Amino acid sequence: MKFTLSWLKDHLDTTATVDEIAEALTDLGLEVEEVSNPAARLAPFTLAKVLHAEQHPDADRLRVCRVLTDEGERQIVCGAPNARAGITVVLAKPGDYVPGIDTTLGVGKIRGVESHGMMCSERELELSDEHDGIIELPSGEVGQSFADWMADHRPDDIDPMIYIKITPNRPDALGVHGIARDLAARGLGRLKPLHIEPVKGGFPCPVGVTIDPALKDTGCPLFAGRLIRGVTNGPSPAWLQARLKAIGLRPISALVDITNFFTFDQNRPLHVFDAGKVKGGLRIHPAAGGEEIVALDDKTYRLRPGMMVISDDEGPESIAGIMGGAQSGCSGETTDVFLESAFWDPITIAATGRALKINSDARYRFERGVDPAHTLPGLEAATRMILDLCGGEPSEVVIDGAVPVTDRAYPFDPDRVIRLVGMDIPAETQRATLAALGFRLEGAMAHPPGWRPDILGEADLVEEVARIASLTRLQGKPLPRARAGVPEPVLTPMQRREAAARRTIAALGYNECVTYSFIDARSAELFGGGAEATRLENPISSEMTHMRPDLLPALLQAAARNQARGHADLALFEVGPAFHGGEPEEQGLHATGLLVGATAPRDPFGSRRAVDVYDAKADAEAVLAAIGAPAKTQITRDVPGWWHPGRSGAMRLGKTVLATFGEVHPRILRGFDVKGPAVAFTVFVEAAPFPKARGATRPALAQSDLPAVERDFAFVVDDGVEALALVNAAAGADKALIERVSVFDEFRGERAHAQMGAGKKSLAITVRLQPRDKTLTEDEIEAVAAKIVEKVVKATGGALRG
Amino acid sequence: MDGLDALKQGYLNRIAEAGDEAALEEIRLAALGKKGEISLKMRELGRMSPEERTAAGKVLNALKDEIDAALRAKKSALADAALDARLATEWLDVTLPGRPRRQGTIHPVSQVTEEVTAIFADMGFAVAEGPQIESDWMNFDALNIPPEHPARQEHDTFFMARAEGDNRPPHVLRTHTSPVQIRAMMAAGAPIRVIAPGRVYRMDMDQTHAPMFHQVEGLAIDRDISMAQLKWVLEEFCRAFFEVDEVELRFRASHFPFTDPSAEVALRCSWEGGQLKIGEGNSWMEILGSGMVHPKVLAAGGIDPAEWQGFAFGMGIDRLAMLKYGIPDLRAFFDSDLRWLRHYGFSALDVPSVAGGLSK
Repeated sequence: MKFTLSWLKDHLDTTATVDEIAEALTDLGLEVEEVSNPAARLAPFTLAKVLHAEQHPDADRLRVCRVLTDEGERQIVCGAPNARAGITVVLAKPGDYVPGIDTTLGVGKIRGVESHGMMCSERELELSDEHDGIIELPSGEVGQSFADWMADHRPDDIDPMIYIKITPNRPDALGVHGIARDLAARGLGRLKPLHIEPVKGGFPCPVGVTIDPALKDTGCPLFAGRLIRGVTNGPSPAWLQARLKAIGLRPISALVDITNFFTFDQNRPLHVFDAGKVKGGLRIHPAAGGEEIVALDDKTYRLRPGMMVISDDEGPESIAGIMGGAQSGCSGETTDVFLESAFWDPITIAATGRALKINSDARYRFERGVDPAHTLPGLEAATRMILDLCGGEPSEVVIDGAVPVTDRAYPFDPDRVIRLVGMDIPAETQRATLAALGFRLEGAMAHPPGWRPDILGEADLVEEVARIASLTRLQGKPLPRARAGVPEPVLTPMQRREAAARRTIAALGYNECVTYSFIDARSAELFGGGAEATRLENPISSEMTHMRPDLLPALLQAAARNQARGHADLALFEVGPAFHGGEPEEQGLHATGLLVGATAPRDPFGSRRAVDVYDAKADAEAVLAAIGAPAKTQITRDVPGWWHPGRSGAMRLGKTVLATFGEVHPRILRGFDVKGPAVAFTVFVEAAPFPKARGATRPALAQSDLPAVERDFAFVVDDGVEALALVNAAAGADKALIERVSVFDEFRGERAHAQMGAGKKSLAITVRLQPRDKTLTEDEIEAVAAKIVEKVVKATGGALRG
Repeated sequence: MDGLDALKQGYLNRIAEAGDEAALEEIRLAALGKKGEISLKMRELGRMSPEERTAAGKVLNALKDEIDAALRAKKSALADAALDARLATEWLDVTLPGRPRRQGTIHPVSQVTEEVTAIFADMGFAVAEGPQIESDWMNFDALNIPPEHPARQEHDTFFMARAEGDNRPPHVLRTHTSPVQIRAMMAAGAPIRVIAPGRVYRMDMDQTHAPMFHQVEGLAIDRDISMAQLKWVLEEFCRAFFEVDEVELRFRASHFPFTDPSAEVALRCSWEGGQLKIGEGNSWMEILGSGMVHPKVLAAGGIDPAEWQGFAFGMGIDRLAMLKYGIPDLRAFFDSDLRWLRHYGFSALDVPSVAGGLSK
C-alpha cells in the first residue's frame, strides 16, 4: 500500500514529520518498506543567479556563465539553450550527487574551459521528464535551499511517498483514511472525519440491477449503482494524476482515475461501466461455466461454474469484484456512465481470483474485506467527484440487497490485557484506544467497526490495545523455571540417539551434509521411491519433484559435484528424514554415510587404499553401537538393488533391518557420474529396540584371575561358506568356556585353489578360552579343540587345514 | 688376610677396562666363580677360629659385594652404550607428515540446533517433533488460517499430489514448524514448554531463499504466562546464543494468524565495517516472529483458552547460524561443497552445552 504525505494529511491533521510518521506506522504493525522523499534528494541544491553568459570559445552549443552563488561567483559551462543572464537557477556544486544522471560532480574542464558546478534541469533532479533547458525559477534568493523553495511553491512535486506492507488482517489500512485513523489513535494528530453528503438523483436509474437469489446470502449481499449522464471523460486534473503517479498508478481517464482514487483513499473499490454499451439491466449471478470475457487487462478469461459475474442482456460484462470487462469499459467517448459500488463475499472473491490468476487492486481489497457499511457512502463520494470533474447529471441510486449485518460484540476486560501482555495500561487509556479505532463500547462489551472484519474475539481486542500502546515499551519479565532447581534433561531417548548417530559418524571422519528432502523422479525411482503419493504437485524444479525415499542419491549427487571440483576421495554423511509414502506418518529417520575413492591421501607409509565394503560395515557397526543397538545381529544378503549384489548386506534383528551396508552398485555410480569405488551404509535410526533396563547401575564386572588360553585353527572350506557360520559353529562348541572367536585370516582366490583344490578357501580363527573355576589342563584344552573342529566341520562341510 | 686391598683394586681396574659383556663374565668367574679368587678365600674361613672368622668373613663379604656391584654397574653401562649406539642409527625424518586421519565435521544447522536446544533446555523447554509432510489442517486450519484466508496464499506452499479419487485436501510440506505446536499440545496438554526445530519448505528460490530451510518453534503455555515473559525469554536466548553480555530487543506489532497479539522482534546491532556486532550500534535486525498463542490455536490443540495462556515464537535456524558464524549464503548450506563443509563445519566433539559454552 502506497500513499503520499499530503494525501495522508487530507485525512490527518498533524504536524508530525515524515520520519515520525514512518516510525509510528512500523510500530503500529503497518511496516514501512520504503519512504521515498524527493526533498531529501534535493537537499544539497541551492538557488543561484546567472550574472553573465557568453559563447564558449570552442563549442557552438555551450555557454560560459558567471553565476552568483552563496559562496561567491563561479564559472560554469552550460549547454542549455536558455542559460542566460538574469535567470534564477538550481545549482549543483562539485561533490554533490545529481540523481537524474547518477553522478557525483567534480570540477570539470569542458572543451578547455573550467566548470565549477552544474545548473540542473528538472529531469536531472528527477522532478519530471523536462529536459529542454535548465530550471528557471520565478522567485527565490541566491543561497536559498531548493528543497525549501519546492516545499513553498510546488509541494505536490516533492510529496514524500510511503510504502507500507499490509498484513492480511488489516484491510482497513488499504485506504489512506484507515491509516490516518491508526496514527490518530496513536496520538500523531487528529483524524479528519469523512463528510459525505448524499447526492440527490434527478431521475430514476434506467439501468436496473438484480442479484440472483443464489448469491444474495453469501456472494453479493449488496449491489448499488447509479447512472450519471452527460459526462466528459477527459484526462483527470493534475492533482489527481500526481497522486496516482506518486503511488505507481498510470492515470487513464477522469472516470477510471476516480475509481482508483477511492480504492486507495477509502478502501472502496468501484467500477464504472460505459452505460451506452450496457444492453438492458445488470444481473449479478453465478457463472454457468464456460462463459468467456475479455477483461480490462485485454486478456480473455473463461469462467468456471459458480464464479460471480455481472452480465447484461448480451452476456458477461464484469468479473464481479475482481476486474471489469473491456467491452463496457469507459473511454474518451463515454458520455453516460454507470457507477457500481457493491459488497462481495471475501471467500468467493479469493477463490475466483486465485483460479483466474488475476491480481487486481479490487480483488486484493475485497478478499481481505472492505467495510460493507461504506458501500453507499463510497458511491455518493465518487458521484460527487465525477460531477465535479466530469460534469453530468446523476440518477437516483439503484440498489438490490442490503448492507449485511456485521455487528458483533466481545467482552472487553482491561485486566486481561494487563495479564496477557504484561504491560500496565490504565483501563481508561485502553477504552480510549478502542474508541479512537472506531469500536463502540457498551458496558463490558466492545463492538468492532465495520472496517475491521479481522476482529473476531477478545484476544483481538487485546492486540489492538497493545499495538496502539506500543509494544516497544514492553519490558521483559523473568519466566520462572517450571520446576525449581537443576533442570531436568529434556531430550527423548530417540533424540539422544539421533545426536549420538550424527556425532559418531562425524567422529569417524565423515563430513555432514544437509541435502534437500526432495529429489528428481529418476533418482527417486532408482532408490525404491518415485511413487505418485510422494510426488509434489507444484515442484520448484525438475530436480526436486519427489520426496526422497533414501538419503544416498543426494549424497551421490553431492559426491559427483565435489569430484567435478577436484575432490576424488570423499566421506559424506547425512542424518535426516526419508519418505516411504505421502502421508505424515510415512517418514523415517536415516543415517547414511558414503565413502568414495581411497581411505587416505597418498603418503610415505602406504596408508592409501581403495575403500571397501568392510570400511562401510565397520562404520555401520560403530553407529549401531553408539545408538545402543544389540551387539549381535544377523547378516543377510537380501538388500535392495542399488547395492552390489555380492558385496553388501543387511544387519538384522529377526525381521527388523537395523542397517544396510555395501558397495554401491556400479550401474548406480555410472548413472550418478561418480568415479568409484564407493561404499556406503544406512542405519535406520529408529529401528533398533531400546535396551530394557534404564537404570544407571552397571552389572558387576565378572573377571577371572585364571589365565585365558588362545588356540588358532585353520579350516579349508568351500568358497561360498561364510565366516560368520564358521565362527558361530566354533563358538557353539562350549558356550561356557569359549569367550571369543575371531577370524584372523582369509586365504582365497587362484593361489588358494591351487593349494587346496578348486572352489576352496581357507579361513583361520582364533578361539579364546576363559576358565572360570580352575586352570585348564592340556587334556581339557585338547578336548575343547576337538569339539570345535567337529562342530565347524559339521556346520561348514570343511576340514581342518593340514 | 693381607693384600685384599690390592686384590680389590686389581679387579675394579679390570672391570673398568672391560670392553664387552664377555670380558665382564670372564672377570666375574675369576673373582666370584666357583674357583674364583674371592670364592677360594671364602673357603679358607672354615679353618679359622670363630673370632677370626667373624672379622675376616665381614671383610670378604664386603669385598664380594663391592666387586659384584661394580660388575653390575659396568654391565648396565655397557648395555646403555650399546643402546645409544643403536638408537644413533635409527634416525627418522620426523618432519614427514603423521599418518593421515580423516577429519569429520558437523553441519552448522545441526550444531546451531543443538546450541538452541541447550539454551532452551536450561529454561525447561523440551524438544517436540512432527512430520514434514503435514495435513493442511495441521499446517493451516489448526493454526487459525482458514482455507480461503489470504495468509494461506502468502505461504508459497508445496502441495503433495493426490491420487485420482482421493478427495481429501492435499497434504502439504509444512511451511513452518508451527504445526508441531498443535501436535505437542494434543500429546501433552498444558502446562507445556517445548521447542520444535526442523526442516520447513516454501516454494521460493533466489539469492537469499532456498525451497527448504530450518526453523525452530517455541511454545510455553501455563496459567499466567505473559508477553513480557516472552520478551525476557527471547532476550535471555539471544544473550546466551550470541554470547554477548547485553542484548536489546525491540518488539513491534505485527500479525500472525496463530498469535494475538503478535510481534516482530528485532535485535539491536551494528554493521559497522561490514561486521555484525550484536547488542551495540543503532541498527535493528528483525530475527523472529512471536506472540501470545491465539485462543483458537489453544482450542485446536485441545487446551481450554479460558484457563491457559502462553506464548509462541519461530525463528530461522539457518539464519541464526549465518548471523552468528558469519556465513554469507543460505543456498550453500544445502550444496554439500566439501570446502564449505570443512570451513564452516564443527568438530564432532564440540557438543554445545550451557556449562561448557556454546561455541569455542
